[in-house]
Amino acid sequence: MCTYATVTESVDGSAKGPGGQWFHVSDATVYYDHPVHAMAEHTLNIDLADPSRGPGQRVAVELTRASATRLRDAIDTALASAPEGV
Amino acid sequence: MHTTTIRIAGADGDEIEAYLARPDGDAPRGGVVVIHHMPGYDRATKEIVRRFAELGYDAICPNLYWREAPGADPSDAAATARANGGVPDARLVGDVGGAAAHLRSLPSSNGKVGVIGYCSGGRQSVLAACHLDVDAAVDCYGAFVTGTPPEGFPLKVTNLVDQLPGLRAPLLGLFGADDKTPSPEHVAELDTRLTELGKPHEFHSYEGAPHAFFAVDRPSYRPEAANDGWERIATFFATHLSTQGA
Repeated sequence: MCTYATVTESVDGSAKGPGGQWFHVSDATVYYDHPVHAMAEHTLNIDLADPSRGPGQRVAVELTRASATRLRDAIDTALASAPEGV
Repeated sequence: MHTTTIRIAGADGDEIEAYLARPDGDAPRGGVVVIHHMPGYDRATKEIVRRFAELGYDAICPNLYWREAPGADPSDAAATARANGGVPDARLVGDVGGAAAHLRSLPSSNGKVGVIGYCSGGRQSVLAACHLDVDAAVDCYGAFVTGTPPEGFPLKVTNLVDQLPGLRAPLLGLFGADDKTPSPEHVAELDTRLTELGKPHEFHSYEGAPHAFFAVDRPSYRPEAANDGWERIATFFATHLSTQGA
């Protein structure tokens, strides 16, 4: 299945990317589609990137639906444990 | 067989990269344009291009993401293209047209060119055959030839229903019965519409096969369906792209 569905969002933070170097990330792309590497027919894929520095400046993850759901819940739990403003 | 990476003139005369594979010898032969899937101009697609050369065709795959990401790793290029909203249909037609023109310019060309695409490229193969002078087209499980993308779809994809009257080449369609995009209903609708339009077509749907059943490097690979599909493709192109063919 090619969902084609792509959700984009701006982000502000850092990621450790090509060559083991940290870099600032400004854009997140989230989509459910075929993975490049994971051995699953479909995965939830997230790209964290700095497009201003070229296509290779990207950290990519491909997660099964179940593990992506657990990750989302873990993010929610971690954020909920810290009050706003912290 | 010779393989090489070249530059061709794509849409609007833009120079883009393309992968070319050609059989040895000068015997006249048809050409095949391979449209890569959404994951890009990757190793698996280049293997398909070489397979067509092994079958006796001059074969080419234009890098549809060259403008966004020249020289990038295929997966990075695909991510960049996706984030930018995908490949516009008009640009696709121009790039495939440039690839077809390059094939016809080769001294070995018999003037006939077919087009084939997988996944998103399946839809683009039909799209190209609605607008370009090609002699045969193959759609391998392309989504949104019929059917409607969901509301608020971020990629600028529409179905091709209003363009089907312009289809100017016989179409071979190969689908997985377990696929959801395109679903068996989408395939049946396309079959019906082409029949009503009097457009020659030949469809095969494989029981137990999901989307991307040709992809040998993915869990979706189904050898039985893929092997039969390759035989159908070989026969179809032999019929329509040979010097004596229709």
